[in-house]
Amino acid sequence: MYPDPRVEALIRDSFIPIRIDVRGQPELMERFNVQWTPTILILGPDGREHHRIEGFLAADDFLAQLALGLGHVARARQQWDEAIARYEGILARHPEAEAAPAAQYWRGVSRYKKSGDPAELAATTKAFQERYADTPWATKASVWG
Amino acid sequence: MLDWREDVDAALEEAKRTDRPALLDFTAAPL
Repeated sequence: MYPDPRVEALIRDSFIPIRIDVRGQPELMERFNVQWTPTILILGPDGREHHRIEGFLAADDFLAQLALGLGHVARARQQWDEAIARYEGILARHPEAEAAPAAQYWRGVSRYKKSGDPAELAATTKAFQERYADTPWATKASVWG
Repeated sequence: MLDWREDVDAALEEAKRTDRPALLDFTAAPL
């Protein structure tokens, strides 16, 4: 299913993996508000959804999206160091991925939530001036500068 | 090979018990 061994390793190491063949279980599409395949949902241990990936992605983009989801799960649990590490991993290993600007944004939020220091938000605004400036995430972060 | 679970509720209970995130892969492709 996932030919890239990095994808399989990340899923094996980080998740309880659940495969749902919608042809036999259409009621699960309704339950989880899924209208299309492939769709990947990332849920926290409490069963709450934290990230959704719809449609096929190339391996690097998919890896980055999985890491983004893990970051979101950690952030929701106020596990700031874990969240920051997940987001920084995206920026270091998948800087060209579609998820990278979001990772930069949420890294800033997580740093701020961890420290309570608004300078972390201002630093994120500045980071967007240097990287991913032409993305909607830069606009979202622009109010912090 | 990944150890895909197919019983959703049992797997979500396992995620809760083991304090791990769950990945739900909705597919219409042959398994």
